[in-house]
Amino acid sequence: MFETLASPFRHLGALTINAIWRLGFAARFLGAIVMQSGQSLLRLQMTIREMYFAGVLSLIIIIVSGLFVGMVLGLQGYNTLSRFGSADALGALVALSLLRELGPVLAALLFASRSGSAMTAEIGLMKATEQLDAMSVMAVNPIARVVAPRFWAGVISMPVLAALFNVMGIFGGYLVGVVMIGLDAGTFWSQMQSNVDLHYDVVNGLIKSLVFGVAVTLIAVFEGYDATPTAAGVSSATTRTVVTSALVILALDFVLTAFMF
Amino acid sequence: MSHDPYIELRNVSFGYGKRQILSNINLRIPRGQLVAIMGGSGSGKTTLLRLISGQVRPQSGEVWVDGKNVATMNTRELYVHRRKMGMLFQFGALFTDLSVADNVAFPLREHTALPEDMIRDLVTLKLSAVGLRGTQTLMPAELSGGMARRVALARALALDPELMLYDEPFTGLDPISLGVIAHLIKRLNLALGTTAVMVTHDVHQSLNIVDYVYFVAHGEIAAEGTPDAVRQSDSPWLKQFVHGDPDGPVHFAYPAGTSLADDLSQGVR
Repeated sequence: MFETLASPFRHLGALTINAIWRLGFAARFLGAIVMQSGQSLLRLQMTIREMYFAGVLSLIIIIVSGLFVGMVLGLQGYNTLSRFGSADALGALVALSLLRELGPVLAALLFASRSGSAMTAEIGLMKATEQLDAMSVMAVNPIARVVAPRFWAGVISMPVLAALFNVMGIFGGYLVGVVMIGLDAGTFWSQMQSNVDLHYDVVNGLIKSLVFGVAVTLIAVFEGYDATPTAAGVSSATTRTVVTSALVILALDFVLTAFMF
Repeated sequence: MSHDPYIELRNVSFGYGKRQILSNINLRIPRGQLVAIMGGSGSGKTTLLRLISGQVRPQSGEVWVDGKNVATMNTRELYVHRRKMGMLFQFGALFTDLSVADNVAFPLREHTALPEDMIRDLVTLKLSAVGLRGTQTLMPAELSGGMARRVALARALALDPELMLYDEPFTGLDPISLGVIAHLIKRLNLALGTTAVMVTHDVHQSLNIVDYVYFVAHGEIAAEGTPDAVRQSDSPWLKQFVHGDPDGPVHFAYPAGTSLADDLSQGVR
């Protein structure tokens, strides 16, 4: 009887201890990455190569998504603003929504799905096929050679991708508001110019995306490195990367927004 | 050939959690010798290799390699130790994003400051030694299992190591590839004077090339000797292992704990 009652609590306790243990492990892992980052900086071509895979190959999804998100913002924004006779403020609405929230958050979610999952799968498969062991036996530290270049590539790529997302989103809003609906182009841009502050809106948005870049890339490389070296283990590590990244991005967004705006 | 021990394991025990893999192992491998470690699946052979390379540390005991205790080395010392060592993994463990030439060049680029044209020449020589000159531009996915193993061997030998560790080098090879790899291992051991430890199941091929054999069973050294002594041994355990007999002191079936009849009738009840 007591065993039956205690079992769920025991399970909950085990889950909590495991979560705290993994958090501590991830923090130590981040420390190890930073300590082993010298090679990534000295042999910059390794990091640039990873930036190509993490950043350049994500361009299509970022550009297309940014464009459509901006177009939807343009349509919905116009519908809502015109009810209050403020359709002229569409440029400011689109820009502020994208720069402060949608750009960093959606770009990070897309980055986690496209590049984060790929990083986890690649590192996990390298572990499963003993490539990381082989590297270590050849006296080459896998954290320095495999993990650190991917980590820095992700951290650098994320703000650039978020900025591109913003640019495409604003262009999408312009297409709908000015080209499709027929708002005045001068009003659209001047409203945006007068309501968007470089430091308060643009820089804070980029800081957000930098924080998301660190979080998503750390989760991706950590899950890959910690994956059970089997097909099922790599598969569940990849899933965990996407799910954990999404939750962490949204939670961090709330915290950062509370402090920034 | 010198007979001072290059590798010595003293009272080594190792386990994962509560599962004990090795208990109180003692073995000595003289410098320059090619030694095989044999035993059934799960007997702890590969763990012995991982202890020697410092990938895992013993729960108790000492692992001496070239006069240094690997079990107490820190990471920096371990990496210095590994620079003198090459390891051939069971399935090659080639880096799948690098070409054959880049795989073989990997340790040279990481640990030397040689110019690129010299690295290219060394890669060609190493690939030529394993009979794969002309495959430089191929990717690992384009290689057969035997070819991948030979490329991995060329990579392991790139820095002319003092110690070579082979993890199941003959698994899954066709007879020709198997013979070629066995010949290569022996030739490299003689030509370079490399100390080599080979974990393998292939009794007959191994007995033809090695200097000494250790048999591991139930986490202990069950038998040892030269290939001739092993072939002529009266030990029922050795006879069963060498001839691959189903009946003998070594049980093929996992100890299920219940009878087959009981298990089969469970579905009927």
